[in-house]
This record gives sequence, C-alpha cells and structure tokens, in this order.
Amino acid sequence: MSRSLKKGPFVDSKLAKKVEVLNKANKKQVIKTWSRSCTIIPEFVGHTFAVHNGNKFIPVYIQEAMVGHKLGEFAPTRIFRGHPGVKSEAAA
Amino acid sequence: MARIAGVDLPKGKRSEIGLTYIYGIGRTTALAILEKAGIDKNKKIGALTDDEVNKIRTILQTDYKTEGAARAEVQMNIKRLMDIGSYRGLRHRKGLPTRGQRSRTNSRTRKGKRKTVAGKKKAVAKK
Repeated sequence: MSRSLKKGPFVDSKLAKKVEVLNKANKKQVIKTWSRSCTIIPEFVGHTFAVHNGNKFIPVYIQEAMVGHKLGEFAPTRIFRGHPGVKSEAAA
Repeated sequence: MARIAGVDLPKGKRSEIGLTYIYGIGRTTALAILEKAGIDKNKKIGALTDDEVNKIRTILQTDYKTEGAARAEVQMNIKRLMDIGSYRGLRHRKGLPTRGQRSRTNSRTRKGKRKTVAGKKKAVAKK
C-alpha cells in the first residue's frame, strides 16, 4: 500500500535541515546518515550522503534521476559472494 | 480484416477483446478507445467498417503508446533503475525478482529454467 498523499513524501527533517544549511552556504560535504527510509528530494541533488547499510557507510552521490527514491535503495545491505563450493569446481 | 498498429486483429472476437492484442492496450484502454470512437464494444472486429477502423487508428496514434514505443518505454524505465544503481536495478541486472519476493525457492519466472549445481561431495574417511 502506498503512502497517503496528504502527508507528502517522508523526508527525515533533521537530514533536510542539514542539507538546507549546506545549500545556503553553497558548500558540499558528505553527510553521514542512518535514515535509509528518507525520500530523496530535489534539494538533495548534487550532494553526497554516507548511507548506513548496517555495517558501514556507503557513499551515495545523488543524481537527478534518483529523486523520488529512498536513500536506502542505493546502499545494499547484503553482499552475495557466490555459493559455497562453486569456487572449488572452477579450480578443478 | 483489420490491421492496426502493425498487428492483425482477430476477426471473430468482440472489439473490446480484440484490441487487447495490441501491445500496450488492455481491457480498460480498449474500452476507453471504443467509447471515444463511438463503437459498440460488442461489435466483432470483422464487422467494423473501414471508417471505424480508421477512427480507432487515429485515436491510438494521438493518445497512446503502443507496440514498439510502449516496449521502449518499459526498457527505458528498467535501464534508468540500473543506471542509478538502485536496489531494483541491481535485481534486474541479476535477473532476480525486484519486489522483495523470496528467491531461495520459486521465482522461476525471473530465474528461468532450473540450473542444477552438482552436489557437494561427501566427506570420506574423516580421521
């Protein structure tokens, strides 16, 4: 089920505030965040966020096309390194 | 005999159903088109006059994306997801389900035919 239109997109207010400050000062700085569920709004374009993936922070540079997605979509939480045993087969 | 948007439509079907043979046209769109053209939705495709067929054609051309254009749009959307490096894009690249379904079992539509991986050899004579 999608989110009520009345509420508008979910944007982490603290994060938005930080971006606003940076925009006003015309500065670019990596912003660390745990707020994976925050929607990317047009103001974020051009900034780099360090999005937490549960283990470490993944740097995400925001492009125009990412607007409307969530920050978490760009910081994968699982790393698939192949199935066990496949490696030995390749060696044989 | 009606050929619209490069697709032969089945003569024997009701026009509401027949129009859905065009890629990009479903039941809802088909009904909307017929309503706009003022054609009875129960009229068989074969019974449509040339005039009516042309009406449908112009409506399709002006208001809807069909066939190639519609397919291209879908591909573009997928490409966009892959280019921005989003999770859904990554799943498309790997050919796995994109909407959070389980992939341990099932999801054969996305993964294709089963590729059996040789089982692990039994550990023999462990000391």
